Amino acid sequence: MNFAKWALALAMLAGTAGAAQADPLKAAWVYVGPVSDHGYSFQHDQGRKAAEAAFGDKLQTTFVESVPEGADAERVINQLVKDGNKLIFSTSFGFMNATLKVAQKNPDVKFEHATGYKRADNMSTYSARFYEARTVLGTIAGKMTKSGVVGYVASIPIPEVVSGINAFTIALRKVRPDAVVKVIYVNSWYDPGKEAAAAKTLIDQGADVIAQHTDSPAPVQTAEERGVWSFGQSSDMSRFGPKHHLTGVIENWNEYTVQEVKAVMDGTWKSHDTWGGLASGMVQLAPFNPAMPKDVADAANKVREDIIAGRLNSFAGPIKDQDGKEVAAAGKTLSDADILGMKYYVEGVQGSLPK
Amino acid sequence: MTETVAILVSMILAAAPLLFAALGELITEKSGVLNLGVEGMMLAGAVTGFAVTASGHDPWLGVIAAAAAGAAVAAIFGVLTLLLLANQVATGLALTMFGIGLSALVGKPFVGIPLEKLPALPIPLLGRIPFFGPLLFQHDGMIYLAVLLTLGVHLFLTRTRAGLIVRAVGENHDAAHALGYPVRLIRFGCVLFGGALAGLGGAYLSLAYTPMWAQNMTAGRGWIALALVVFATWKPWRVLAGALLFGGFTMAQLHAQGLGLAVPPEFLAMLPYLATMLVLVAISRDATRIRLNAPACIGKLFHPDD
Repeated sequence: MNFAKWALALAMLAGTAGAAQADPLKAAWVYVGPVSDHGYSFQHDQGRKAAEAAFGDKLQTTFVESVPEGADAERVINQLVKDGNKLIFSTSFGFMNATLKVAQKNPDVKFEHATGYKRADNMSTYSARFYEARTVLGTIAGKMTKSGVVGYVASIPIPEVVSGINAFTIALRKVRPDAVVKVIYVNSWYDPGKEAAAAKTLIDQGADVIAQHTDSPAPVQTAEERGVWSFGQSSDMSRFGPKHHLTGVIENWNEYTVQEVKAVMDGTWKSHDTWGGLASGMVQLAPFNPAMPKDVADAANKVREDIIAGRLNSFAGPIKDQDGKEVAAAGKTLSDADILGMKYYVEGVQGSLPK
Repeated sequence: MTETVAILVSMILAAAPLLFAALGELITEKSGVLNLGVEGMMLAGAVTGFAVTASGHDPWLGVIAAAAAGAAVAAIFGVLTLLLLANQVATGLALTMFGIGLSALVGKPFVGIPLEKLPALPIPLLGRIPFFGPLLFQHDGMIYLAVLLTLGVHLFLTRTRAGLIVRAVGENHDAAHALGYPVRLIRFGCVLFGGALAGLGGAYLSLAYTPMWAQNMTAGRGWIALALVVFATWKPWRVLAGALLFGGFTMAQLHAQGLGLAVPPEFLAMLPYLATMLVLVAISRDATRIRLNAPACIGKLFHPDD
């Protein structure tokens, strides 16, 4: 009896060891929106495709799209683990707790969580310093606005969104010290109807530049219709606003994804945090609209180059919050921890931050 | 002055999809059928209208196609609940999910395609009146259609024999059957009408409000339309007022945020449903009020005695 059990265990071990070498690595991606959104989830899927192209038969990928944040996410990730995936990319902030729970129960599976802040021995985080791109956008907005009012269609009041608003406002007011930023939260990453309504509201309240941190092209479309400048998000939305879409923030996860898949394949994977800025290429700017005046484009390019070279920091002091309190003294810059936990608005943002 | 007009106009535009869907559901419920599949039918209409228009056809052809698509999904509902006697609530819910999924599938090749908005049709002289011109007479064709439909539904129900028969079927289907009226056929027709109008509501979203297709773009408006029918105690003009009110809640919340007022957005998002619950409590307080308002046979299955 004992010998039989022994032999069976040995056989299984040998089998799995052999299988690990011959079988491709199974990796899965979880998206908060549809891949066809041509935006946030689309860019993550480009990363998956880049990995597929790089590793061919050695990698077997699968993805689940439009997964709501919350309990459903945990169910989906659990299912992916059961399906035999050994590397799982969960690509939205709202998947954080679900991913952590599943990671803690499955120490042999590696997890990569985008735009979050909780890690484990088998769970890494990665994100892009979107706020660096927003600094460039703020510079452009400062030069393009006539009314001095900029509208911002935001999704959910999490630090990533707030730091984007703040970096944008700081850069905006460097060019145009009296400008204000009005923020409307639509409480969703992707709701074209509400985003359009929010953009309309902001324009009705005097905004002549519209920025967004939501994933559909509705604000760009609304801005085009009303003859107001706009910035897109996550992908090149210029076809929705050919005359008025100035530029936008685009994520690029390709190189990072390939690097992480390779690490798992080589067995060198370790839990770590990556936060790439403009210099790393993880965040980029959409091509500038030819309607942008040359001096504006030059100023924007200079800001971009300064950030990449390290000469300019998006959060260099002095920075005052809305109440006038100084959060960063002259000569100091905010730390990564400060930015990740940002829960206040800087001077120039109108309205109070929802709790 | 123009800012007030802009705010009011945005209320009207936000109210339009709700109005279409709610009017259709009103007729359906008046005939005694509770169709919970409105959300799915709106999405079916939205994707069809967009697909037809994006393939190079006239947007009004897209609108007609959207109505047909909504009616088609409603026909499935009709067959399941009127012929096969499935539970109306469960079938409606199932069709909502079906509509959401099917529209997402059909709409895949159309995501990311921008379209020209439905053109505005300003009415010649009336459109130039100072305040009311831009407020009421410079909209696109579908807004005018929505108002005409409200009038049409009201006249139909209160002034025509056919409307009386529909109401009779909804109040007491056994009596109507005894009188010789084809109860199931009448209900089927009302269900189709409801689906067609829900399709129009969806088409408005994808062709005029935000001319694009995005998965699940109705984002719960179908459910608000269902609440709206109850809120309006099944009367068409109250549906119009209620739609403007509910549209107003949405826009008010956004404007409050833009102005920097610290109103939690979740509270204002709750308001349409809170308002409906209050109305339900008010009309259910005694038996007479209930009888005067809700169609007596709503949701009840009809077994013909043959």
